[in-house]
Amino acid sequence: MIRQTLAVLRKELLVEWRDRSRISGLFFFAMAIVLLVAFASPSEAILARQAGGILWIGLLLASTRSLDQSFATEMEHGALEGLLLWPVDSRSIFYGKALANTLILLCVALAIVPLLFGMYGAQMRGSPTLLLAFLVMGCAALGAPGTLFGGIVAQARGSSVLLPLLLFPLVVPAVLAAAKGTTVVMEGDPMGQGGSWLALLVAFNALHWSLSGLFFGRVLEDG
Amino acid sequence: MSRRIKWEHIVGLLGVLGMIGGHYAGLFVAPPERMMGDVGRIFYVHVPVAILSMLMFSVSGLAALGYLMTSRMSLDWLVESTVEVGVMLSTLLLILGSVWARPTWGVWWTWDPRLITATVLLLTFVGVMLLRSATTNPEKRATWSSVATLFAWVNVPITYKSVQWWRSLHQIQTPQDAISDPMRIVYHENMIAMILVLVWFVAWRWRIAKSAALAEAPEPLPEAVNP
Repeated sequence: MIRQTLAVLRKELLVEWRDRSRISGLFFFAMAIVLLVAFASPSEAILARQAGGILWIGLLLASTRSLDQSFATEMEHGALEGLLLWPVDSRSIFYGKALANTLILLCVALAIVPLLFGMYGAQMRGSPTLLLAFLVMGCAALGAPGTLFGGIVAQARGSSVLLPLLLFPLVVPAVLAAAKGTTVVMEGDPMGQGGSWLALLVAFNALHWSLSGLFFGRVLEDG
Repeated sequence: MSRRIKWEHIVGLLGVLGMIGGHYAGLFVAPPERMMGDVGRIFYVHVPVAILSMLMFSVSGLAALGYLMTSRMSLDWLVESTVEVGVMLSTLLLILGSVWARPTWGVWWTWDPRLITATVLLLTFVGVMLLRSATTNPEKRATWSSVATLFAWVNVPITYKSVQWWRSLHQIQTPQDAISDPMRIVYHENMIAMILVLVWFVAWRWRIAKSAALAEAPEPLPEAVNP
């Protein structure tokens, strides 16, 4: 199953690499949000304190554009049936796609973070490794449920509206934990809260990566 | 269509009568709460609505799990009916909570963990309702909404435990033995009456879902004519 998952992951990344429009579009979308929030802020002084939250609002909004597109290629060319006819476990297809979506979001996050230090004056008072852990876990927490619901709404009417409506309430605990965790890494963590926010993210990921993988095949079979 | 009175209407009538009596007792018979005075009387409605909204979503979760295991459409109709009734209860809960919060906390809304988790719970199930309207294929609709319902259900224990995990403004669950007898009797009376009304709502809504599904079903093919 690991080999099959890696094959699907490779296929997803290859499609992305040949086009590259999705990842560059996502980056500029997230950057536009970061800029717009700065315009709306009443004072430059509080931007540094808001940086962690704004990063995750930008990534959350950008993720809907990415996850929307995740199944678009298959839907446009009728390739979803071809994918399902592969002699592989449907869980491999899910995990390959979800890993690809997570990696793409992570790349966008890694590109946006330096902008926050440069433009928002954000500081790095905590450990960079912990920041990376929050970025990886946060992107994974958007990737798994996003891929499952992306698969559902790709076959539904009004998919562009439906995905945020389904995904946003569902990922509130993860976005909250990622935003709070990123903020404590940037602002300093005198109360030692970073560990508990990371634990919440790990628990969220464990639940959603296992359940989503379990239901993905059923969702596509009936679709 | 049968003109016989359905059992759920009798249950509903009993529930409505019970609620009229329960509301009267809650407003005029039960003693005022020691700290909050008459404002505390909303407890007789707010608490049953809170418990029953979570119970309703839990029934949705079980029905969704049952559908995914058996593919029985009757369970999908149960998901449809309980999610709708749960959303109605959950909306009512937030309105009642605001009415109570204004005189007690001095605000209609505050960023309290219980309020946030309850709102997120409502929104996840509203998402399930919207998902159901996104396709006309009954099997797709049933599978998608069952999966979405199970994910939404994860928020039920989080909402229930939120007052214990993140101690904040909203009080934690009151133990039964901390309530005086006259108040507990009125509370239980309202709770039983509301359960009856909800059974009525769900059963009625289930029949509507069933009728709609049967109306949507394609006509059977004509029998082959033997030469």
